[in-house]
Amino acid sequence: MSMLELDKVSKVFKSGTFGGSLKPALRQVSFGIDRGEVVSLIGESGSGKSTLGKIVLHLTPASAGKVSFEGQDVTEKKGRELHEYYRHVQGVFQDPFSSYNPLYKADRVFEMVRQEYFGGLQRDAWEAKVETVLETVTLNPADVLNKFPHQLSGGQQQRLLVARALLLDVKLLIADEIISMLDASTRVDVLNMLVSLKRKGLGILFITHDLSLGNYISDKTVILRHGAVVEMGETPKVFGNPQHRYTKSLLTAVPQLHKKWAPFDWSANGSAAPASNGALRPASGAAAPVAEEARETRRYSRSSLSPLHAAKGAKSTPSVGAGAAVAEEAAPGPRPSLMEMEGGRWHRRARRRVTLAEVLAESAPPPLVECEPGHLVAVEE
Amino acid sequence: MSDVDQAATSSAPVAPGAPLTGVRAPGAAPVGGAPLGRKAYSGGRRWEFLYFAVRNKKLVLGLGVEIIFVLAAIIGPYFAPYPPKQFVAPAFLHPSAKHLFGTSYFGQDVFSLLLYSLRNSYLVGFLGAAFAGVIGLGIGFIAGWRGGWLDEILQTFTYIVVMIPSLVLLIVIGAYLKSHSAFFEGVFIGVTTWPWVARAVRAQTFTLRQRDFVDLARLSGKRGPAIVLKDIAPNMASYILLAFILLFGSSMLIAVNYDFLGLGPTSGISLGDMLNLAELWSGLQLHLWWWFIPPGAAMTIMVAALLVANVGLDEVFNPKLRET
Amino acid sequence: MSLSVRNLRIAYRTLRGDVQAVDDVTFSVADGEIMGLAGESGCGKSTLGNSLIYLEGRMRHLGGTVELDGKVLPISDDRAMNRHRMRDVSIIPQYAMSALNPTKKIGVLARDLLKSRGTKLAKVLPEFRRRVALVGLPDSVLEMYPFELSGGMRQRATMVISTLLNPSLLIADEVTSALDVSNQRAVGELLTEFRDRGYVKSMIVITHDLSILAQIADTIMVMYAGKLAEKADAGTIIDRPLHPYTQALLSSLPEVGVRYEEEELTGIPGRPPSLLDPPAGCRFRDRCPFAFDKCAEEPPFVELLPGHQVACWKAAQDVAGSAEREHEEAAR
Ligand SMILES: Nc1ncnc2c1ncn2[C@@H]1O[C@H](COP(=O)(O)OP(=O)(O)OP(=O)(O)O)[C@@H](O)[C@H]1O
Ligand SMILES: Nc1ncnc2c1ncn2[C@@H]1O[C@H](COP(=O)(O)OP(=O)(O)O)[C@@H](O)[C@H]1O
Ligand code: SF4
Ligand SMILES: [Mg+2]
Ligand SMILES: [Mg+2]
Repeated sequence: MSMLELDKVSKVFKSGTFGGSLKPALRQVSFGIDRGEVVSLIGESGSGKSTLGKIVLHLTPASAGKVSFEGQDVTEKKGRELHEYYRHVQGVFQDPFSSYNPLYKADRVFEMVRQEYFGGLQRDAWEAKVETVLETVTLNPADVLNKFPHQLSGGQQQRLLVARALLLDVKLLIADEIISMLDASTRVDVLNMLVSLKRKGLGILFITHDLSLGNYISDKTVILRHGAVVEMGETPKVFGNPQHRYTKSLLTAVPQLHKKWAPFDWSANGSAAPASNGALRPASGAAAPVAEEARETRRYSRSSLSPLHAAKGAKSTPSVGAGAAVAEEAAPGPRPSLMEMEGGRWHRRARRRVTLAEVLAESAPPPLVECEPGHLVAVEE
Repeated sequence: MSDVDQAATSSAPVAPGAPLTGVRAPGAAPVGGAPLGRKAYSGGRRWEFLYFAVRNKKLVLGLGVEIIFVLAAIIGPYFAPYPPKQFVAPAFLHPSAKHLFGTSYFGQDVFSLLLYSLRNSYLVGFLGAAFAGVIGLGIGFIAGWRGGWLDEILQTFTYIVVMIPSLVLLIVIGAYLKSHSAFFEGVFIGVTTWPWVARAVRAQTFTLRQRDFVDLARLSGKRGPAIVLKDIAPNMASYILLAFILLFGSSMLIAVNYDFLGLGPTSGISLGDMLNLAELWSGLQLHLWWWFIPPGAAMTIMVAALLVANVGLDEVFNPKLRET
Repeated sequence: MSLSVRNLRIAYRTLRGDVQAVDDVTFSVADGEIMGLAGESGCGKSTLGNSLIYLEGRMRHLGGTVELDGKVLPISDDRAMNRHRMRDVSIIPQYAMSALNPTKKIGVLARDLLKSRGTKLAKVLPEFRRRVALVGLPDSVLEMYPFELSGGMRQRATMVISTLLNPSLLIADEVTSALDVSNQRAVGELLTEFRDRGYVKSMIVITHDLSILAQIADTIMVMYAGKLAEKADAGTIIDRPLHPYTQALLSSLPEVGVRYEEEELTGIPGRPPSLLDPPAGCRFRDRCPFAFDKCAEEPPFVELLPGHQVACWKAAQDVAGSAEREHEEAAR
C-alpha cells in the first residue's frame, strides 16, 4: 500500500449553461506514490495534469474514483480533518507570480501557515523554524523576507513556496509545473532542491510537460493523454523502452542541444502538426482539417485488445505503485456511442441529455497491460 | 492591484501605436517583464500611488470640486443667508449681491435653498450607494465564491429584482406610507439598484477565485470567508471604489427623477424638489432661469466631478494608463 | 545585409533613474538568417527586440542606429516607424498568445491590424487562407475567438498574422516558451518554414531555451545584463562556447537521458546585477568562476575567431594563447 493511492480517479467538467455539456478531463487514472519517491506526471497541456493535482490537494472534487492517503479516504475529508490533511500534503503551483497575492509581502505565505498551524509557537521558535526551512531551499532570509513578491525573482518565489510547504510536516508534495516558468539556470537549482528533499523521504508528484526534466528527477513516470494513462512504470524503463506510439512521439519532439529533431509521428499525439517543407500536409488536432479529424475520431466503445499487445500475453496485474489501473472488463459487444472524441475534444452525439454515469462509462480508457515487469502500457486503439 | 486591473481590463481597447494593434492588448505585461519593471520603484506601492495621485490633474480637480460641494452640504446651511422655504423677499428677483441666485416664484432665496438641498441629495446618494454596495458585495461574493446551486439561486433572485419595476413599487409604497424622509428614499434606491454590483462582483470573484494564491490560502487551512475578505476583496478595491462612486452618482440622479415626479421625501428639500417646483410653477415659461439652472448645474457638477476623479483614479491605479 | 544595429542604447525611465536595458549593442543579421537571442530573464532580450519596432511609454532611445536593408529605421519616431511596421519589421510580442484581444475574432483582428497599416484584408485574403492552412489550422479559425483556440493554435495564428505583409525582419519573442514539447516543435519548425518560403527574410528568435535555438537558429547571440556576451553560429555556440556565461547556461540544461543519480546538474550561482546601476567592468564578474584582475575593466565585444565575437578577457587570452601555441608548433 503506497502512501498516496489513486484508484480510478475520473473528473468530468460541466460546461455550457446549466451544465449542458460534460467533458471528461480525467479518465480512471490509477497509480500510487510512496515515501521518498518522485513520480512524474507527463502530458501535453490540457491532458489533465493540473486537474489531477488539484484533486489530490482537495481543491476540486473528483467525479468518481477514490484518493486515499495513508489508507484514509481523502475525498470525504472536511473541516478539521482537512486541516490535518494539509499538514502532510502540500502543493506548489505552476505560476509563481499568481501564487502570491500582489497586495501583501511575500512572506505572508509563511504567516498564514503560522496562524493556522503554529498559533501557540513562540515568536523566536517560529523565526528559527522559518530560517531552517529557508536554509533547506538555499535561500538567504535577508534576501527574501519582508519583500513584495515582485521584488523577488521567479526562482526565489518558487523556492519560497516550497519552503512554505516544508514548514509543515509534509509527506507529499504536489509540484505542478513548478519550473516551466523559470529559465535554465534557476530551473536546475529548484530541481536539485527537489532531489535533496526526496532523499530526506518526501514523496513528490512532479507534474511537467518537459520529458527531460521528468527523466532527470523521477523514479516513476506516468504519461497522460486526453486524461487517461497511456504508459507508466519505472522511469528508466519508460524512457529507455517506450512502447506507446504517443510516448515515442513525445520523445522525438524534445529539443536537444546536440541532436536535430528526428522525423516526428504527428498523427500519434492528436495535436496539430505543421506542414513539412513544401508539401501541405493536413494536420490533426482540435481544429484540424476535416479529413484528418475523421481519421482521428475514436469511439471509446471498448474495442478488443490490439493483437500486438494481446500477443505479448500481458497479465494485467496492478503493479505500478500497487494501485495500478485494472483493465476494464470487456463490455458485451459494441454499444451505440453517446459521445466521441475528435482530436482531443469530446462531442456529444446523443440528442438527449447525457448523465454523468454515462459519460464516465463512455469515456473509459483503453486497458493497460504489462509489457515488462514494472512497465504498463495502454492498448492502442 | 495592477495585476487585477490588467486582468479586468484585458478587453479594453489597445494602446495606440502598439506594434500589433490587438495582438498586444494592454492586458499583457509591458512587453518583457512587468514584475521586473515594477521592481524599479522600491519606494513601495503606497508611495508610488501617492506620487501618481497628486500628479494626476483629473483626480485632483475632480476631488477638489467634490470636496467643496461636500463642505457646502455639511456646513452650508449654517452659513445660508436666509432660511429655506420661507418667503424672505419679493418673488422673481434677479440674481444680485443680496440674493446670489435670485428668488423664486414664492420669494425664497434660491442660494439658500440650494445649500439646504445639497445635504439631502448627498444623504440620498450616500445611503443609496451604501445599501446597494453592501447588498451587492455580499451577494456577489457569496455567489462568486460558493458557485453551484447557491450561485444559481442568487442569480435568479438578482434577476427577479432587476425585473421589478422600482417606480411602480415606489408609487405603491408611497400610497401606503403617509410620509417618508430622505432616509427612506436613499434606502429604497439602495435596495433596488444593487443587482449590477452583485453581478460585477460575482464575475470578478469568479476570476480571482481561480488565481493560485486563493488555492494557496486554502492549502494553508484558511476558510472561505477569511479568503474572500483578505485575499479577494482587497484585489478588487479599486473596482469596488469605482462601483461606489458610480452608485453614488446614480442614486442622486434617480432621486432627482423621483423628486421630479413628486415621489420624493415629503419633508425636507432636495435638488430634485427644487427642479420639481420650478417646473410645476412654470419657472421655464417665466424665464426664471436662476431658479432651475443652479440645482441642475449642481447636480451635474457633483456627478461629473466624481466621474472625472474616477477616470483619474483609474489612471493612477492602472500602470498601463499612467503618464510618465 | 538585412539588419545592422550599431551602438544601440535603450533605457527605461523610472522614478529611481534610468534602467539601461540595452547598453551599447552592435550586431547584424544577414538575409535568410535566423538569429537566436538568448540569456537569463531580465537581461534585456525583449527590450532589444521591441526597440526595433516600437518604443513604449517609458522606453528611451539614448543612442545608436538601426539600419534595415540599407535604410535607417527611425526607431525613436513613432509616426515615421508606422510605415515600416509589419511591412519591413514585424514582431510577435512575448505573451502575445495570451494577450490576443478576447473580444475579436481572429479574422477581425487581422483586418483591423492590416487597416492600421493601410492595407485591406481582402487584398491578402487568399494568401492569408493559404498560410492558415499551411500552419495546420482550419479555415474556420478566422471565425473563432482567441479563447476557442489552444495555446499552440493561437501561437500559429499570431505567426501568420504578423508575417502577412512579408516583412524583411521578424522578431519572435518567446514564442515557444509557454507551449508543450510537441507544440514547441511544431512552432519551431514553422519558423524555419516561413523563412524557407520567403515569408520573412530574416528573423530574431528570442528565448531563454538554448535547446530550441540549437534546432532552428543559424546564429546565436547571448546577452547578459544589457550587453552582448557572445555571438557565433549556432553549432559553435553549442559545441565550443568561449564566454563563461554561455558555458554556464549550457551546462545547466538537462539533456534527455540524464538522471540525477548519474549526473547532478549545476546552475549558475548568484543573480544578474541590477541594470539601474550596473557594476563597472565585466558585468558577469561576481558569478564568473574565471574572473581575474583584468575583469575590473570592461571587456570589449570583439571578433576573436572568424565569425565568433566574444566579450571576455579570459576567452581573449585563451584564443591568443592557443593561436600562439599553434604558431610555435608551426614554427617548429
Ligand atoms: N516597463 C518597464 N519599466 C522599467 N523597467 C523595465 C520595464 N520593462 C522592462 N524593464 C527592465 O528592463 C530590463 C530588461 O527587461 P526585458 O523585458 O528586456 O528582459 P528579457 O531579457 O526579455 O527577460 P524575460 O526572459 O524575462 O522576458 C529588466 O531589468 C527589466 O526590469
Ligand atoms: N474549471 C474548469 N472548468 C472546465 N474545464 C476545465 C476546468 N479546469 C480544467 N478544465 C479542462 O480540463 C482539461 C484538463 O485541464 P488541466 O488539468 O488544466 O490540464 P494540464 O494541467 O494537463 O494542462 C482541459 O481540457 C481543461 O480545459
Ligand atoms: S571578462 Fe572576466 S569576469 Fe567577465 S566573463 Fe570573462 S573571465 Fe569572467
Ligand atoms: Mg497545468
Ligand atoms: Mg522577454
